[in-house]
Amino acid sequence: MDLAYTEEHKAFREEVRSWLADNVPSEPLKTYDTEEGFQQHREWEAKLNEGRWGMVTWPTELGGRDADLLQWLIFEEEYFKAKAPARVNQNGIFLLGPTLMEYGTEEQKAEILPKMANGTEVWAQGWSEPNAGSDMAAVRAKAELSECGEFYVINGQKTWSTRAVWADQCFGMFRTDPESKRHHGLTFILVPLDLEGITVRPIPQLDGLPGFAEIFFDDVKVPVKRRLGGEGEGWKVAMATAGFERGLMLRSPARFQQTATRLVELYKANQERADRDPSVRDAVLKSYMDAESYCLSTYQTACRLIKGGKIGAESSTNKIFWSELDRQMHATAMSILSARAELEPHAPDAQGVGDWLDGWLFAQSGPIYAGTNEIQRNIIAERMLGMPRA
Amino acid sequence: MDFTFTEDQLLFKESVADFLRNEITPEKIRELWDSETGRSDALWTQLAELGLTGMTVPEEFGGLGMNELDFVLLAQECGYVALPEPLVHNVLVAVPTLIACNNDKLKKQWLPKIADGSAKVSVGLEENFLVEDAHVADLLILQSGDELHAISKDAVSLRYNQSIDLSRKLYAVEWTPSAATCIASGDEGKAQIEAIMNRGALACAAQALGLAQRMIEMSVQYTSERHQFGKPIGSFQAVKHHMSNIAVRLEYAKAPVHRAAYAIANGQSTASLNVSHAKLVSTEAADLAAKNCMQVHGAMGYTWEVDLHIFMKKAWAFNSTWGDVAFHKMRVADYIFADDAPLGAGNTFLA
Repeated sequence: MDLAYTEEHKAFREEVRSWLADNVPSEPLKTYDTEEGFQQHREWEAKLNEGRWGMVTWPTELGGRDADLLQWLIFEEEYFKAKAPARVNQNGIFLLGPTLMEYGTEEQKAEILPKMANGTEVWAQGWSEPNAGSDMAAVRAKAELSECGEFYVINGQKTWSTRAVWADQCFGMFRTDPESKRHHGLTFILVPLDLEGITVRPIPQLDGLPGFAEIFFDDVKVPVKRRLGGEGEGWKVAMATAGFERGLMLRSPARFQQTATRLVELYKANQERADRDPSVRDAVLKSYMDAESYCLSTYQTACRLIKGGKIGAESSTNKIFWSELDRQMHATAMSILSARAELEPHAPDAQGVGDWLDGWLFAQSGPIYAGTNEIQRNIIAERMLGMPRA
Repeated sequence: MDFTFTEDQLLFKESVADFLRNEITPEKIRELWDSETGRSDALWTQLAELGLTGMTVPEEFGGLGMNELDFVLLAQECGYVALPEPLVHNVLVAVPTLIACNNDKLKKQWLPKIADGSAKVSVGLEENFLVEDAHVADLLILQSGDELHAISKDAVSLRYNQSIDLSRKLYAVEWTPSAATCIASGDEGKAQIEAIMNRGALACAAQALGLAQRMIEMSVQYTSERHQFGKPIGSFQAVKHHMSNIAVRLEYAKAPVHRAAYAIANGQSTASLNVSHAKLVSTEAADLAAKNCMQVHGAMGYTWEVDLHIFMKKAWAFNSTWGDVAFHKMRVADYIFADDAPLGAGNTFLA
């Protein structure tokens, strides 16, 4: 065991830090859940890509840096410390991109990955349906092979499609075998959102902005070459997309450590008022420790994977841990902010509220999306602990 | 940067785990409760023969010359079996204290004997107010203010205090410090006392991980076998989620404990912070394990009939010994609320 960064790591960190210092916009971008903000974030993705910082874990020939997981963690630490913009194309570069590299044809990779990397094509996800939420294998949206064999004809509905309002593309699972049940007979298809027969209905989230949408498919013709993996292999491809390393990339520890650090600062700045409730100080302490625990565990796992270790069922504890931590941190911040906590940042008397309210709203979604925490607890009990299935 | 254990460390852990699981059964633990000392000389001899008592004793004194990091996984295994013998204390607390005490005579006299299993040393701090295993120790190292004293067991009188965990043997020690017994004082004494606290807390933290793991496994087995409504109760979500909640907290308590062992083994300045973090999160996981495992055992968990209570009671004791929750929270608070504390992303591995 050696818990010191190598000289190479330190040099890498310096390089990231210095590029971000020169390039992160001095004014925060508008949220990507507005049309203007979406465009700003798309441009930021292009800029990241020019500096080859868009997806450091991607292979060099695709514009990445072949970074290993430790370098990835270092990159993220600097990224969050620099308050760099949120990643509008994270569904693409962190989830679909690696899956394409594993399952895609050469033609698919050449056509899709460069445009994904430079922000020309932003990706939305199409997992859930009105009757397939926690029960993802209940997917019903159909994709029928046309008689000529050149198209899938898609009918049905997807929902909670993050970024779909202004995204260019969507990936998801569709039922290609109408006789099939559950996770059989599903196929992973990449659908351009400008095709005829597609209707996108924005859904306002808690903050009032359309961070996700419903997508209706009405005889939408998608070329067969847009299928990822084999017909009927959709579940397998989807599982790879939702795998641990991808999850890690969505929620690396730096994000939570920076929130915990801001929480400590918020507490210190308002200590006298906050200490009227002694549990607040304790919650701040616990937040700091849990964020550190998350970081330590993630580093330990990353090192194990780099040395050739395999990820096991214990990775299903990950999402519960960070989503509960995020909610706890923001709840604590709301307590400290006291009567100002409910104020929108632009309200005239909202001094010092920062963006905690936005974070608080978003933190509500953590225990729900990407598999509710109840589903995660079932998975832990059955696959990690070996308890009997229901 | 390599946050993993070596093949050797993992293999050694496996072989010791096999030994402990075969020898230290719940039946054996119950048997020892009824014995005079609660300890087994035969078992201690076996532990010495495996090299375990001398793991941290330098080779020149007949030990294996290993460090806290080499032992931390074994300490988890000792927790897993609820080992009554004071092995973890001797390896993680007593031996390093003797090594640090800068007194060649003491080292020559005691380290070889600890290594070959012919002597035990117990270390006591005022924070604990009682001393573990003083009745079977040959030498006591005790705190008096900022001083540490080494006293022969013959020079003290002991008063037994029964713990709810019958495997813990706790003693009030009546003794008189003198210049002749003093082995560290002033700044050196303070530093040593802090180091001893860190080692004792690490010992608890590592064992707490093992206790939590064991309680989970016992409860998974119990809830798989126990049927109600025609099904194993472990198939019910309410029962499953009790267990999953422990697994989540336990999973994220492991790396902090390993981080703390590393900090101690490498003399890092963050050791006190790392240890307090580790002890808080690992005992919290074990405490949650006790609570939820008892719940899923139903009334059976409230009895001596099943073995759960052996592990549960030790977990409860670990909550408040070697620094209670308040003690360790204060140390973390002192660090994070200090002006210019280096917190946040990128600072986790500051030494």
